[in-house]
Amino acid sequence: MLAYLVRRLLYALPILIGVNLITFALFFVVNTPDDMARMQLGVKRVTPDAIEKWKAERGYDKPLFVNSAASGAGVLTETIFFAKSARMFVGDFGRAEDGRDIAREISARMGPSLAIALPTFVLGLFVTVAFALVLAFFRASYLDFWGVVLCVALMSISGLFYIIGGQYLISKVWKLVPISGYGGGVEAWKFLILPVLIGVVSGIGSSTRWYRTIFLEEIGKDYVRTARAKGLSEAAVLFRHVLRNALIPILTGVVVVIPLLFMGSLLTESFFGIPGLGSYTIDAINAQDFAVVRAMVFIGSVLYIVGLMLTDISYTLVDPRIRFDR
Amino acid sequence: MRVSRFACFLLPFLLVACGNEWNDPYPAAERGKNILYTAFTDRPKHLDPVQSYTEDEITFTAQIYEPPLQYHYLKRPYTLVPATAEQVPVPRYYAADGRELPSDAPAAAIAHSVYEIRIKPGILYQPHPAFALDAAGQPRYADLDRERLRGIERLSDFAHSGTRELVADDYIYEIKRLAHPRLHSPIFGMMAERIVGLKELGDELQRAAQELPADGWLDLDRFALDGVTRVDRHTYRIKLRGKYPQFLYWLAMPFFAPVPREADRFYNQPGMAEKNLTLDWYPIGTGPYLLAENNPNSRMVLERNPNFHGESYPCEGEAEDAAAGLLADCGKPLPFIDKAVFSREKESIPYWNKFLQGYFDASGISSDSFDQAVRLNVGGDVALSDEMRGKGIRLLTSVRPSTFYMGFNLLDPVVGGKDGVGPERARKLRQALSIAIDQEEFISIFMNGRGVAAMSPLPPGIFGYLEGEAGINPVVYDWKDGHVQRKPVAAAKKLLAEAGWPNGRDAKSGEPLVLNLDTTGGGMGDKSRLDWLTRQFAKLDIQLVVRSTDFNRFQEKLRKGAVQLYYLGWNADYPDPENFLFLLAGNEGRATKGGENSSNYASPEFDRLYERLKNMESDGPRGAERLELIRQALAILQRDAPWIFGFHPKSYTLGHAWLYNRKPTEIGNNILKYQRIDAAARAAQREAWNRPVLWPFFAGAALLLAVVLPAVLGYRRRERGTARPSA
Repeated sequence: MLAYLVRRLLYALPILIGVNLITFALFFVVNTPDDMARMQLGVKRVTPDAIEKWKAERGYDKPLFVNSAASGAGVLTETIFFAKSARMFVGDFGRAEDGRDIAREISARMGPSLAIALPTFVLGLFVTVAFALVLAFFRASYLDFWGVVLCVALMSISGLFYIIGGQYLISKVWKLVPISGYGGGVEAWKFLILPVLIGVVSGIGSSTRWYRTIFLEEIGKDYVRTARAKGLSEAAVLFRHVLRNALIPILTGVVVVIPLLFMGSLLTESFFGIPGLGSYTIDAINAQDFAVVRAMVFIGSVLYIVGLMLTDISYTLVDPRIRFDR
Repeated sequence: MRVSRFACFLLPFLLVACGNEWNDPYPAAERGKNILYTAFTDRPKHLDPVQSYTEDEITFTAQIYEPPLQYHYLKRPYTLVPATAEQVPVPRYYAADGRELPSDAPAAAIAHSVYEIRIKPGILYQPHPAFALDAAGQPRYADLDRERLRGIERLSDFAHSGTRELVADDYIYEIKRLAHPRLHSPIFGMMAERIVGLKELGDELQRAAQELPADGWLDLDRFALDGVTRVDRHTYRIKLRGKYPQFLYWLAMPFFAPVPREADRFYNQPGMAEKNLTLDWYPIGTGPYLLAENNPNSRMVLERNPNFHGESYPCEGEAEDAAAGLLADCGKPLPFIDKAVFSREKESIPYWNKFLQGYFDASGISSDSFDQAVRLNVGGDVALSDEMRGKGIRLLTSVRPSTFYMGFNLLDPVVGGKDGVGPERARKLRQALSIAIDQEEFISIFMNGRGVAAMSPLPPGIFGYLEGEAGINPVVYDWKDGHVQRKPVAAAKKLLAEAGWPNGRDAKSGEPLVLNLDTTGGGMGDKSRLDWLTRQFAKLDIQLVVRSTDFNRFQEKLRKGAVQLYYLGWNADYPDPENFLFLLAGNEGRATKGGENSSNYASPEFDRLYERLKNMESDGPRGAERLELIRQALAILQRDAPWIFGFHPKSYTLGHAWLYNRKPTEIGNNILKYQRIDAAARAAQREAWNRPVLWPFFAGAALLLAVVLPAVLGYRRRERGTARPSA
């Protein structure tokens, strides 16, 4: 297992360098360092001299990838790409273009993002798996039919509609929770109810249909017939046998998402005024803050790789036949 | 209280008598307190007075920092009055040989202007750890390092704080900071041309900064600034090149607010910036409020500065102010409000709904909610909707000191005539388009009537703007029966034919006239706006090609003079015509000189007038002369039409009945101290408007039961059933 993990970590390095390279190239295709300087300094009364000084101070006065004026390793190291990328691999994200420490900002915003994403994820998983099991239990009945119709209807509605409709109905008309905002500590719960509820409801349709398909496939297998023939109750068949054996495809889609919960949700955070990492990323893109965009993409890549590794590990936990040792 | 509310939520069936507002986004402990609640959309980037320039930032900095001057809250036109200064300084003028000149000396004879500013003694800074002293009277936090900063994350984590008196040196220190190479003040380039020695100081500081480590402190007291001198503890002088009467307006902006050297030293200690402990994050001032909480992602909180020197509510204003109740608090001590909570609302829908629920005390009106809030009468008058009036909401309107326009690039061979069709043909083409593009229709369709069609670059309220017939643009409008009337399209077609494009085709070649508009597109409504614009050009049979591009490329094209038509706007820095007319000065050409004149318009005739009027005062004996010069300059602009003058936007603000002393002000920003709220009335209204509706709980429970019960029964039936039906 350890050797496998080390090998996967080593594989991750070139992936991260590649992601970094692509992010860098894409960003600077759209934005030149001059554009970034103008965005930070404002468009009013900015002199060319001020722009040059801004670039020089932040190291954006160097060539992008290759410094032909330098010698030796400097050809590659005395470039914007190297200067801005190398330190991220040791966890130093540097400062945003407005001077604020990125790592500090990320750590402050991670909490609000998780406060929404984690309960949405856990509750959503529980509700959708339970609903899918119920539909599988009542397969080919009216309940199953209307359940699937409901799922298709829920899938067909835009996420934005859930948010605006939820805010209108629950906060504005019924006045049950604040329409938006965020508070720390014990005050936080009242702000979380609505976004979590909307997150769960908006995810029910697609996930339930997916899990229902998995369960139905599993239900048709021989071991299920055997279990029934032995006289087990349908609940025991479903929860003890079907659910366990259906976990592999479920885990494939679920575990990889867990680390990415840290990254927050762009839309939900924006509409509910949650000061999380999703809104941080959006703000950075709007402000052409390359330092933050690069850091967030890098963290997203790392978390995705971690998610894939966790998925692999989770297989060994639910299926004793899977082992990484040769 | 918290526990009971939580219980209320969990046990809705027991809650019929629960009267609290469940949707209150604020802590229960704040209920009924003298707190103003408002919102902000974009996070402020800079709170350092040397850098902050945008409206998002000045909303906060203007309440904290005190420059020497400020604008009178109620008087219009905007009038400068002292803030920390004892009086508005009167400049003294000097010739090149050092001889003092009279105040009416011609601008060309003035080599230097000197402003002597005396600040009021006894003004104290807000409590701040930078001023904390130990038993020996030495700064307590002067030798911090990363180790000693362990456990300190916010400014409030410092156990001790102190204060000291505001002195002239603090203002001088801030002016030096304009030249600091690491702070990138947006006005440094402009001020370096005005303040004697500032450019040289910038060069010197640049060299000094290169020798320092990245986080090293540049002690500005070590460097002299020739043009700014200390006279005594409370007096300083600023020496400018030439005559620059607009400098007084700059003295009312945070760029010229005091920054104590101790604060600069304090924030530049090792490890501070890593914890965001910077002047850019935690301002320090003498104003009525201090920044108690800075979380620009979520909320910013201003609290009353316990050391504020005091000020009283004004007793004079415009004629209608007394009737509006704006003079009722005459002479009362400021500020009225203890605390102001600014919550971040990125989206307009939650912002608007929270205002309607009483959780924000004031709000603008987005286009989504315009019809709900306001109705336009047949005569075009604006009135609140019945729903708003029923809630006691008040509407405040004002015309913003801004101008929006479609510019022509005068370097272009077609619309500018340069090396192409010639200036006369190009001018007539521009005039024809000025007539054809119906700004009134644009304002009506796309802005819900929230704008005033522009006659020139000058918006209402700015010296030189004339009402009525005297103020109309005679190229585009006629004055008929006491009303302004846009000329008919036939007049535009006639001009176009005279320009050599009858019916939109070249008179010689028959080629259709195609014009290109560069714009930053992509926003909501852009498509319909551009379709409308295309139809306006089509009135003259001119084909419009819209070249949408991103903001950066658009700016680059402007810099290179590679556009033909473009859209831009300008918000005034200060209420003086010079701040608008310079946008068309020849020496400000964007492609030629790197200035702000994106049309690259260069008229010697206009420039001559501009050079004369820009150095004159609007009040005093030469005010009439200045007005005449402005009138002549505007006539040239109207004739040459380097811009299609668009509109001056109107600002609509709604305020709840419990919010008092709110007057629209678009220039002065330190307005929080004048506002007053009736917290008890607000609490009562909030409770009345936000009673929770509980029937959905019962309905939901019933629905759940209706779904679950048959499922349970079905399950049990199946479990009890046999594989084969019994005989």
